[in-house]
Amino acid sequence: MTVLTFTLIMLAAAFLAGFIGSLTGLGGGVVLVPLLTIVFKVDIHYAIGTSLVAVIATSSGAAAAYVKEGITNIRLGMFLEIATTLGALIGATIIVYMPTNIIAVLFGSVLIFSAIMTIRKKLDPLETDAKSEMAVRLKLNSNYPTPNGKVNYTVRHVPAGFIMMIGAGMLSSLLGIGSGAFKVLAMDNVMRVPFKVSTTTSNFMIGVTAAASSVLYFHRGYIDPVLTFPVVIGVFAGAMVGAKVLIGSGVRVLRIIFSIVITIVAIEMIYNGLRGKI
Amino acid sequence: MRRFFSEAYWQDTDIQKIIGNMLRIGVLLSATVASIGGVIYLLGHGSEKIPTYTVYVSEPGIFRSIKGIFNGLRVLDSSSIMQLGVLLLIATPVARVLFSFFAFLIEKDRLYAVITIIVLGIITFSMLGGIGT
Repeated sequence: MTVLTFTLIMLAAAFLAGFIGSLTGLGGGVVLVPLLTIVFKVDIHYAIGTSLVAVIATSSGAAAAYVKEGITNIRLGMFLEIATTLGALIGATIIVYMPTNIIAVLFGSVLIFSAIMTIRKKLDPLETDAKSEMAVRLKLNSNYPTPNGKVNYTVRHVPAGFIMMIGAGMLSSLLGIGSGAFKVLAMDNVMRVPFKVSTTTSNFMIGVTAAASSVLYFHRGYIDPVLTFPVVIGVFAGAMVGAKVLIGSGVRVLRIIFSIVITIVAIEMIYNGLRGKI
Repeated sequence: MRRFFSEAYWQDTDIQKIIGNMLRIGVLLSATVASIGGVIYLLGHGSEKIPTYTVYVSEPGIFRSIKGIFNGLRVLDSSSIMQLGVLLLIATPVARVLFSFFAFLIEKDRLYAVITIIVLGIITFSMLGGIGT
């Protein structure tokens, strides 16, 4: 295969990954890493480095739009970024000592979890009494615009949410994903943040989290220009198109179908990992 | 310029809009740079056989450091241009954090200025090579 053919195939595959990732809400990384490792037989370190860079592109692109709408809780995001970047640094440090097949098994497990998260019924908590003193001190309680005016909300269980975010950061750097599913879980279920705020704030944090580990991976040599260039362009373009297509009655059906496909891919990754083939 | 640094300006101006624009410009700029490098690379090497990515070997030094990339840029090396695009992309969210630091400072929100500095510190630590490398 020539470089040109490879680049074009990569561009198309990455476009599809970005498109599906955006349409289902799974994110580009979750689709990209299995695609690179299973289909293109790329070493998982290159796959993780490439995917993280693509994740920065898609999340920054989306965050640009969300931030302007004023739904993102910037203070909450900034505060939790301490946890996610710290987690990213820990993950980027231990990845050196991790056998690739363990990474593959971990990836598969996270993939199954993400698939379940996309089809579960969404929690949309709304707390209005300022019970957490820490949230008050950190100025985390805020409001967000809706068609019927501003809605005020308060944040709960700050320390527990913070600790979960360290975990989300670790998974992001270990697996080359945005780990949006974990961030949303921590914010919705634990910190009781409304769904719209948690998804946009999670997306806001993903770019910084991925940047923290990708500078290290860049330095280590996980990021190859010939591989990264078509993937980043493709994923970004795909995500943009996916965001435009969105919101129809078919999305739920699509999510379920895609979750099944993702689960099969996950089993394949775990199987290959256990047999030492990745 | 003085108006720009006054508190009133920042209360009037939507900081969120600036952050949104910064992110958008960063992504578009890096995609443009990477594409220019990519097209030059394909024109020169398009018909060659693909390098193998099946086994991990670290990238050559010139693609791993800022200095190496800038040396490559001087001779218009296509791979260095592509890597510059990657660097710009990584720098985009970091620039956003840096901007937030100044925004919090001007808003006189000391707590969040400190929080932002901690995040920047962690990223800088990672940039300097982290632990064990």
